[in-house]
Amino acid sequence: MTTTKSKRVLTDEMIAQIREFIPRYPSKQAVTLPALHVVNDHLRYVPLQAVVEIAEILELRPADVQDTLSFYGFFKQDKPHGRVRAWVCRSVSCHLLGADQVLEHMCQRLQIRPGETTSDGSLTLEFAECLGACEHAPCMLAGKDLHSRLTPKTADEFLDKLIQ
Amino acid sequence: MAAFEPVLLANVGKPDSYTLSAYEASGGYQGLRKVLQTMSPDQVKDLVKSSGLRGRGGAGFPTGLKWTFLPANHPGPIYFCLNADESEPGTFNNRILMESDPHQVLEGLIISCFATKASTAYFYMRYEFPTAWDRVNAAIADCYRAGYLGSNILGSGFSLNVYTHRGAAAYICGEETGLIESLEGKRAWPRIKPPFPAVEGVFRKPTVVNNVETAACVTQIATRGVEWFKSMGVPPDPKIPRDAGSYGPKLYCLSGHVNRPGCYEAPLGLTVRELIDTYGGGVPQGRKVKAVIPGGISMGLLTAEELDCPLDFNGPGRYGCLGLGTAAVVVMDETVSMVDFLHNSCQFFAHESCGQCTPCREGTSWSLGLMKRIMAGQGRLKDLDLLLEIGDTIGIIPGTTICGLADGAAWPIKNAIRKFRGEFEEYIRRTNPAGWMKTDPVPAMKLVELH
Repeated sequence: MTTTKSKRVLTDEMIAQIREFIPRYPSKQAVTLPALHVVNDHLRYVPLQAVVEIAEILELRPADVQDTLSFYGFFKQDKPHGRVRAWVCRSVSCHLLGADQVLEHMCQRLQIRPGETTSDGSLTLEFAECLGACEHAPCMLAGKDLHSRLTPKTADEFLDKLIQ
Repeated sequence: MAAFEPVLLANVGKPDSYTLSAYEASGGYQGLRKVLQTMSPDQVKDLVKSSGLRGRGGAGFPTGLKWTFLPANHPGPIYFCLNADESEPGTFNNRILMESDPHQVLEGLIISCFATKASTAYFYMRYEFPTAWDRVNAAIADCYRAGYLGSNILGSGFSLNVYTHRGAAAYICGEETGLIESLEGKRAWPRIKPPFPAVEGVFRKPTVVNNVETAACVTQIATRGVEWFKSMGVPPDPKIPRDAGSYGPKLYCLSGHVNRPGCYEAPLGLTVRELIDTYGGGVPQGRKVKAVIPGGISMGLLTAEELDCPLDFNGPGRYGCLGLGTAAVVVMDETVSMVDFLHNSCQFFAHESCGQCTPCREGTSWSLGLMKRIMAGQGRLKDLDLLLEIGDTIGIIPGTTICGLADGAAWPIKNAIRKFRGEFEEYIRRTNPAGWMKTDPVPAMKLVELH
């Protein structure tokens, strides 16, 4: 497994953070999702080498970790997501109030498709299934901030602050 | 109707409502003290059982009864999972409780663990609630400092550890055995039942999975008693065998085309019309209601003629909906195209089907394919029958899938087409004048992405 020349990607800090979760569960496999989140919080993606290293810590096969990771579609593997990751909700309440137009508008302005990152790395734009904030529809979660009652205009204001 | 005093939402909107000091100042943790000082676990189980509390997460299973399915005198460990994976489109009451009153939820969680003799609880929260995540974690840390969590809680000899566990954006993790699999570090594929979690749940040990709002109700039952809880709601329907009734307050989520969207507390049994008009201030711009989702998108649709449907556990079912679900009401006004709505619904379920059961994986993606074809002006009347065939054959109720996600995917299809068939037919005839009547097989369309 370590015969290739892959450079290790987990730092001592990440490893320590992952190990902190181990006493919480009777099985080390249960630390899979917390470990993926630790790596993702630091690197903004979870490359395959990280999967291998997580598996080592948790005494699993890399395939076990990859199997779980690939189920969620949340953890990117090819390259880090943008400095801000924003999810525009497209489920029913937001859809009724114009979420599609907002997402379309943002995609056109940024010249990216949902799931892609701007070339300057500042933003990854995604669609989300129900963000659980329907009273704020149409809404967007950008990092930790929830943006309510989005319109193309307020989406532009958000982008103006973010880009450059 | 006498003015109803909110209880579950009493603290929401007050300054610092999420802090321990504010919660204690409003009488918080008195219910827990009473339970730990004066009751045995079995007495708490009986208390909750006699209250008639039914799970608020969607299925409406009686909470106390669920607890009694745990094996008696089990040597342990018994695990408790709090389901905070709230993801049903239209639903946001758990988020509000966790953001604004996390201690009410934790108090109910601790009481529930005492009753079920669980010494470890996992608080499984979906990823997209960052504020709730921070506040619940801070609230848990405060509970440890104040002696409400940890070993020998308030000198009672009862010990409990609570750990938060963060999801990764998958709707299926709200299904209780999907949640368990996800917690174990696996793909969140729901399990075949039996065995039910109470017998073999997380880490192959007896497990209870309860919803956030259910835990908040447990807090209030412990604090205010069974009589208070049963003083509101709807008693059992004598015509339905073993009906458990619909007692207690409920957090209704109201969104879509209403003037005042939000989370409102009222007794179970409120009608859709009262919720929209009295609480939601009616439909904007004086428009008319066309259709309403009664309890999250999975429950199907009510028409404008069905707004007197009471939102109790039996109400929506009488109108052909799947059930009360999460009591999340989404209002659609007369400008909404049912074709567009159903496309959105199919898109959701095709995206969120976990892929384990073939009828659901294929059924949800083919229903989306059919809806895309109709939306693109290539629909045929026959497609409506194909959609209904999918709707009638996927799910637990027809017996083809492991969990209820597919029933939730099926109900919007069945209700939309059966209750609004004329509109679908008109759309198809209008947009596909040359081909609407064709019935021969057509090759799958190259799917065009929405965005």
